Amino acid sequence: MRKEFSACIEKIAREDQRIIFLTGDLGFMALENVRDAMGNRFINVGVSEQNMISVAAGLAAEGLIPVCYSIAPFAVFRPAEQIRVDVCLHNMNVKIVGNGGGYGYGIMGPTHHAIEDIAVLSSFQNMHCFVPFCNEDVENTVHAMFEYAGPSYLRLGFGKKQDTTIVPSFDTFRKISEGNKITVAALGPLTLNVCNAINDSGLQNDVDLFTISRIPVVRLDEKFAESIKKTKRLLIVEEHVRRGGLGENLGILILTANIGCAVKHHFASGYPNGLYGSQDYHQKINHLDVNSMADSIITFINE
Amino acid sequence: MSFNDLREIRKKSLLNLLGLYKRANAGHIGSSLSCLDILLYLYFYKMNQEDKFILSKGHAALALYVVLYESGKISLQELETYYNDGTLLAAHPPTNRRIKEIIFGTGSLGHGLSLSTGLALSNRYNEKKFNVYCVLSDGDCNEGSTWEAALFAGQHHLNNLTVIIDQNHLQGFGESKNVINLEPFVKKWEAFNFDVVVAENGNQFESLDTAFSSADIHSLKPKCIIAKTVKGHGVSYMENKMEWHYLPMSDEQYKIAIDEINRNA
Repeated sequence: MRKEFSACIEKIAREDQRIIFLTGDLGFMALENVRDAMGNRFINVGVSEQNMISVAAGLAAEGLIPVCYSIAPFAVFRPAEQIRVDVCLHNMNVKIVGNGGGYGYGIMGPTHHAIEDIAVLSSFQNMHCFVPFCNEDVENTVHAMFEYAGPSYLRLGFGKKQDTTIVPSFDTFRKISEGNKITVAALGPLTLNVCNAINDSGLQNDVDLFTISRIPVVRLDEKFAESIKKTKRLLIVEEHVRRGGLGENLGILILTANIGCAVKHHFASGYPNGLYGSQDYHQKINHLDVNSMADSIITFINE
Repeated sequence: MSFNDLREIRKKSLLNLLGLYKRANAGHIGSSLSCLDILLYLYFYKMNQEDKFILSKGHAALALYVVLYESGKISLQELETYYNDGTLLAAHPPTNRRIKEIIFGTGSLGHGLSLSTGLALSNRYNEKKFNVYCVLSDGDCNEGSTWEAALFAGQHHLNNLTVIIDQNHLQGFGESKNVINLEPFVKKWEAFNFDVVVAENGNQFESLDTAFSSADIHSLKPKCIIAKTVKGHGVSYMENKMEWHYLPMSDEQYKIAIDEINRNA
């Protein structure tokens, strides 16, 4: 999604002179076009994420719109206090962009993974997390992020969709596939794993698939609520730890809405066997890959 | 305004500050007394209307509040809510931008210089021209983020940025030289591409003014004023005592402090 992001931000920055792009020394083979288009509004702040975030807050205090870019774990965890205090408590219009959410950086290892980012950030005051589900969804999502004039986080991943997958206009809940037996709520590009599971296993009429693109979710979408009332089965999938992720967020909303349904949750458990590999490897270990999705959906429907 | 006039304001601020600390039964008195003179000098003598101020050592918030009151930026009614339930004026400055003069609330050390750097940098992208003044403590200079900001300010020649170090040589749980020795301090800031001037008596307006006046206004570098201060300055039993980072005053201690200020200030 990096290419789509850099094309989109270049276009936005050309039109809006308030946008200042800060990178923590990352963006090789991805952000050159942004750098060249933005001139002195593009700053490589060096490997200093704490400073990057607070400098951004200072710029935002003067009405500018800073975008802070790094790979997801470095953009979120190192400067977490700066994000919490200088950006979120002050409700500053700072955009934080993390590339490689979840296990996106695969064999780079756990220092480079971000499987707790949503939990940390969505617990901060005023922060909204935006998660596109495929490459073609990045532009939608970036525009939605800029429409919200407050602290924002964009979680980029790897999202190559099938030609048949539709990309609806941005919303917190978006229905991607229609069926009657089970409702699936997916975060980000895992939505595509569910799409592939549906196609590979002939589940086209069975699965009501929703991608969830903005966290925290503050209220249940009507169509989503109707779906789980209808199917009475909800599978939540996210490349994120169980604590503070999509599952807990939706779970409490469903409980308080008094909707009775069976719930299963596939999430990133971390490194259960202590071994490392590609994103695909970690998805398999955590039952987030296409085959695990298909098995889980079929089993759930037949229970 | 003459420094004699400013000393009158200083006396009023001191009495106000101690009265509020006593009523609140609050600590951080020594920290506020350490930098009160710097804040008064900046607000009444140095800063223009459009200039920005960031107190990185947020625990000296009451010094800022009384100076904002004396300079007409907050009302007496607001000031008197200090430490009360439902106040904007807690022990550390508010983070909700409801007091226009307090651009950023602080309290966790190491944020102020980066924030000031961002404010200073913003002038490159808008029509505004202002100077940014940021007061740091010894403890602030332990934080890695402070030095990240210093590297950045030097790299980008932010000559509208002035850092003032309230260097009283004490920090949270010890003397700075025994905790994290910051020496050679002047050389450190110089090495980070700042123009550095030392104010030998950072609790005296004349000394501060000499230091600020000797900074090269044509330099492309950001400025660093190392103000040698005394923690607890102005109340003899508090001076250079780490415990006055934390302790509230007893009735008797308060009376001694007030008598001393009325006699000396």
